[in-house]
Amino acid sequence: MSSNNPRQSIHDSTAPSTDTRDSRIGEGVDDRFNSKLREAFGASPFILTKFDKFLNWVRGNSMFMLQFGIACCSIEMIHTYAIKHDLDRFGAGVPRASPRQADVMIVPGTIVSKFGPRMKRVYDQMPEPKFVVGMGSCTISGGPFQEGYNVVKGAEEIIPIDIHVPGCPPRPEALIYGVAKLQERIQNGESSPVVVKPYELEQFGDLPKDELVQKLANDIDEDDLVMRYNWADSP
Amino acid sequence: MSTELERQQRPVEVTEGELEALIGDRALARDDHLNAPGFVVRPDDVQAVLTDLKEQAGFDHLSCLTAQQYEDRYESIYHMKKYADPTQEVSIVVPTSIDDPVSQSAEPVFRTADWHEREAFDLVGIDYEGHPDPRRILLPETWQGHPLSLDYDQEKPQIVTLSEHANPIQPDHHDAESDTMFLNIGPHHPATHGVLHVKTVLDGETVVDIDPDIGYLHRCEEQMCQQGTYRHQIMPYPDRWDYVSAGLLNEWAYARAAEDLADIEVPEYAQIIRTMGAELCRIASHMLALGTFALDVYGDFTAVFQYAFRDREVVQDILEDLTGQRLMFNYFRLGGVAWDLPEPREEFIAKTRDFLDELPAKVDEYNDLITGNEIFQVRCTNTGVLEPETAKDYGCTGPVARGSGVDYDLRRDDPYGYYENLDWDVITKDGCDNYARVLCRMQEVEESAKIIEQCLDLLEDWPEDDRTVQANVPRTLKPDADAEIYRAVEGAKGELGIYIRSDGTDKPARFKIRSPCYHNLSALEEMCEGEYIPDLIASLGSLDIVLGEVDR
Repeated sequence: MSSNNPRQSIHDSTAPSTDTRDSRIGEGVDDRFNSKLREAFGASPFILTKFDKFLNWVRGNSMFMLQFGIACCSIEMIHTYAIKHDLDRFGAGVPRASPRQADVMIVPGTIVSKFGPRMKRVYDQMPEPKFVVGMGSCTISGGPFQEGYNVVKGAEEIIPIDIHVPGCPPRPEALIYGVAKLQERIQNGESSPVVVKPYELEQFGDLPKDELVQKLANDIDEDDLVMRYNWADSP
Repeated sequence: MSTELERQQRPVEVTEGELEALIGDRALARDDHLNAPGFVVRPDDVQAVLTDLKEQAGFDHLSCLTAQQYEDRYESIYHMKKYADPTQEVSIVVPTSIDDPVSQSAEPVFRTADWHEREAFDLVGIDYEGHPDPRRILLPETWQGHPLSLDYDQEKPQIVTLSEHANPIQPDHHDAESDTMFLNIGPHHPATHGVLHVKTVLDGETVVDIDPDIGYLHRCEEQMCQQGTYRHQIMPYPDRWDYVSAGLLNEWAYARAAEDLADIEVPEYAQIIRTMGAELCRIASHMLALGTFALDVYGDFTAVFQYAFRDREVVQDILEDLTGQRLMFNYFRLGGVAWDLPEPREEFIAKTRDFLDELPAKVDEYNDLITGNEIFQVRCTNTGVLEPETAKDYGCTGPVARGSGVDYDLRRDDPYGYYENLDWDVITKDGCDNYARVLCRMQEVEESAKIIEQCLDLLEDWPEDDRTVQANVPRTLKPDADAEIYRAVEGAKGELGIYIRSDGTDKPARFKIRSPCYHNLSALEEMCEGEYIPDLIASLGSLDIVLGEVDR
């Protein structure tokens, strides 16, 4: 039987067909070259699925995390990676130091004004498709520091976030649950809705010439990227 | 190596009369604080007075500088202590006018005043005349206004820049032969322990100049504490300064300052629980320092790092049983702790004892893996050298100072809690290098274990009808108006001090945090200039900074 003609049903034995191999390398070789998967599907080396569905499945099960420690939550994040909790068991535990190699960014901590543009930059450096897990209350709303003069009221003001894990800090179990939920979403092909972000990086020269921009005109290079924080408008 | 628990010799106490005579006419008035005599001096006498205090009266530790604004004036308070005896304190109060807040810089006298004064300028807006580097330090350069001044409008928009491809190499760094290069380390970098940005100028592989750029985690902790009420709303924040499980140590800093301010007695039983919890935190914190240091110097993510986290997990489990949280404990209350040991007590005590019993074997394992490792020794000895006098000048405390042979530990020298009744040693090392600091931390873990052991013995046998965990503290706490206090405890990283000024309401009028990491980090340039770039990373690791506490 050849796989040129797709079978509707399996007759005879479902054992792997070894004729070709036997004729090539002789009889009596064990089945080590034939994977379990192939055995399960019989002689046919094909799994029928949609390509994008397959890719989503692969994506969800092989996520490279960005090694990105900001604040208190990063300690619990390290614990999630380390022994006992071992996030790697779920196919999501390889922290990559470079954003160019990472698929998922866990934002573990408070975002303050000075760090906002840097985080945006790191996020922009990650290749598509990329996903973000917001860890802890600070990435949701600013958390306990919400009233601070320097604290961004949630990471979602700057970058889109797929999964929020509440807690201050969330336990490792909670983070694992969040990551598992993200995997589920990726596998189902649900990507994050792109939100309109109030704080965008802009070139300084492009900003509307209001009082503040005029005042800083001599200090900042026209080509510099800037982030403008309109504190009065944030939630 | 030291020591008896009681400090062997303390310098002779300088009496208030002698201080008065020393400062003489330069003292405009007295402004005593609850912890120390205070002298008001003119803004242009700062250097002279501080020099006299340092050289003639032995006040060689500028512990903290608090800047604040009143309705009618600005004020800088220099809190001074002695490394040889931190119970001897004096405050120098320097008022400046509201229209022209210019004060003389103390930087020529104490190197540590550099960062103190930059912070005071940044957050409060006092200018320091003669300061070598008057820039903002925590907030972005482009920030408008000074957030802890009274007329600051928090609603105003702000612009923050991110300049790229800037070429910060000055022409004077260039010449035809040298291969100077500029290197940005951080703020997103695995070796910076958080969001630190080190601007580094290299000549080949040698570090020529570094400029730590901090403030990427400036979470307005002082503002948050000034908005909270003494009784309950402030206590959760200390956990988040030094967030490496050192929560209880930080809570103690606030508890100690507020209890002394409001004159609250803590029951003995609660003191023992506090001491035990705090030392558990110290072990967890030092374990992380050890693991990340191994990660920094030889990329050891698999063995030492994971072992350190294995042990941290055990400590965190114990602390969770005790306090209900793994990291942000919020367990101390003014006048005691939140609750007694968890029931069944025997189980908790047995679990903690199990941990302590296993600890020596684990410490041996660490010694085999790290400190006994020849490669590690070669890598760490004689790198990142910090001489004792330099350490004092930069206000270094904690294991960083003790690794440089500065015998200074507030648990013994300025006793609080139950430490003075227990038998333990202060570890000091004379190596002054990265190796000495690591060794110091490792041995402190063993000392902490000794303390916990003794606390457990006491707790086990404590009579059941005398287990008072909290003193009777009024629900709304309003300390006397204009009372000022500065109190410090020995945190995991060093001297963690709190200054509180009360204005008669239930919230502090000024809450200032003296962070040990902040000043330890300021010494980094002394440690690594002229060294190789990998030694810069090792030195940074051996300082064991936590950016939450650096930036507050």
